[in-house]
Amino acid sequence: MIAAFLPRPLAASGDRSRPAQLLLLALLVLLLLTSAVSLAVGAADVSPLNVLGAWLSGEEISIRERVILFDIRLPRMLTGLVIGAALAVSGAVLQGLFRNPLADPGLVGISAGAGLGAVSAIVLGSALPATIAAAAGFYLVPIAAFLGGWVTVLCLYRIATRAGQTSVATMLLAGIALAALASAGTGVLVTLADDAQLRDLTFWGLGSLAGASWVKLLSAAPIMLAGLACAPLLTRALNALALGEAAAMHLGISVQRIKALAILSVAASVGAAVAISGGIGFVGIVVPHLLRLAIGPDHRFLLPASALLGATLLLAADIAARTIVAPAELPIGIITALVGGPVFLWILLRKRGLVDV
Amino acid sequence: MLCTRQLSVTLNRRKILHGVDFSAAPGQLTCIVGPNGSGKTTLLRALTGELPFTGEALLDETPIQSLRTEELAARRAVLPQASPMAFPFTVLEVVRMGIGGGIALRADAARLPQLALERVGLRGYEGRLFQQLSGGEQQRVQLARVLVQVWKPVVGGVPRWLFLDEPVAALDIGHQLQIMRLAQDFARRGGGVIAVMHDLNLTAMVADTVCLMQDGRILAQGRVADVFTDCTLGTAYGCSLRVSTPPPNGGVFILPQAAE
Repeated sequence: MIAAFLPRPLAASGDRSRPAQLLLLALLVLLLLTSAVSLAVGAADVSPLNVLGAWLSGEEISIRERVILFDIRLPRMLTGLVIGAALAVSGAVLQGLFRNPLADPGLVGISAGAGLGAVSAIVLGSALPATIAAAAGFYLVPIAAFLGGWVTVLCLYRIATRAGQTSVATMLLAGIALAALASAGTGVLVTLADDAQLRDLTFWGLGSLAGASWVKLLSAAPIMLAGLACAPLLTRALNALALGEAAAMHLGISVQRIKALAILSVAASVGAAVAISGGIGFVGIVVPHLLRLAIGPDHRFLLPASALLGATLLLAADIAARTIVAPAELPIGIITALVGGPVFLWILLRKRGLVDV
Repeated sequence: MLCTRQLSVTLNRRKILHGVDFSAAPGQLTCIVGPNGSGKTTLLRALTGELPFTGEALLDETPIQSLRTEELAARRAVLPQASPMAFPFTVLEVVRMGIGGGIALRADAARLPQLALERVGLRGYEGRLFQQLSGGEQQRVQLARVLVQVWKPVVGGVPRWLFLDEPVAALDIGHQLQIMRLAQDFARRGGGVIAVMHDLNLTAMVADTVCLMQDGRILAQGRVADVFTDCTLGTAYGCSLRVSTPPPNGGVFILPQAAE
């Protein structure tokens, strides 16, 4: 379906908004289909269609069916949907901000920083004054992950960007260093953790949607949705930033404000995503790259399309993770790495010059 | 009217501009010339609101620092020296970026990019990828984008301004003339144009007013015939230059003289 849009020669008019709108529509349909499949597939033999039919004809729905569908599959589907959208949009925003298609929340250490935040909250959370811990409640881990991711992006931007110019090599290397630091910090905290906390950590670190629940979803989704809600405010600015910071300013963009907003948006989306599912790599780099090939880099279309395709891809990866070795499950991160790794190498080969700066 | 009083710029603790009193009038093409490192581009960047400065700079009686980024963008457009493009935008998409955010889109806004591309001689380039164009073509696409941003030279009696930083540096002689004619035309219709230039002969041919800089100061400012003399140019550039008037139309041209 996506392939149909790929090799199309550019229209002579240079206006790609029509194909972009069509693609958005197609992606929406694809996402709805994938969501339906995600609800239908699972270890237990429960069909949402039968349940829907039963509900419509006024029959009794068994407790088993209700639990499997509404307490297991539905929150899992919604979690995958929001996380996929959040990761893909963050990738696109980060690439626009750094003016480089190789920026990815996982690659440049933001996920690791968010992970450090999440682990800190789990291990050190008990040391917090009871009032604060009670007030934060279920939000403690996602908020800590958001703060960890935020500090990481701020550091990364400070290090990699000077006078409005980003050095790709510095960005990637600084990302490696920050990720190493964050992992070291995480390691220290894991050693300090007691048995109950270790169980929480293992549960959290599965890097899959297997632990998805309404509680987790409702604690992290608002933060991710807040991050996603910033995206429409960024589209024109990210387009102008492609011309350089000075030119964007000349076009009337408040560059400093936009950068702060973009960094907050990425930290919120990635932080909260990591808080639920651990690090899921490559979604943020593969999705925007494929879409730029199809409809071009105009962020007015790129960001919403990234949300739709990211959600679809993550749901598809989750379906694969659940079915390939059923009744066991693969961590979803393995699936995204299997797909994303080669695509990333392909981008590198095409754009070798970009890295050798 | 654009004028500065005692405008100074310090970058990395080094003072680049030393109390510059510069002025430019709408309806005129004002060229800033001077040797490398004399502060031409720094002056332009201060006037566009890009660099912090001390002293006073008034754009049509409003202090430039007091204008918000969007307000500045509605009153002036800037053609940068060279702009590397981060993503594969088409020519049309680049030119469209000039259509302002603050200004409500009018019905004819959709046609502006085509009209602007026609003016810079790039009709039919709409679907090409910007990154795949030659340097000269990229510069002309950027000019079209800038023209779209300030399409009408005068809005509600207030002039709009074009800042051009070495607009013809990458262009062949035919396109140099074409671009400078566009700048002149913008000025004739009531807008203000300030261009940093390297080519003294081209400047002599097109400028209404010229400002000669040296070491972060203005050496001379006024009509071409008054500023371009053997003496001032020789002082500014540190070499022997002869200013002459050719017979056909009485314009000024400058020839370098071999050292004696």
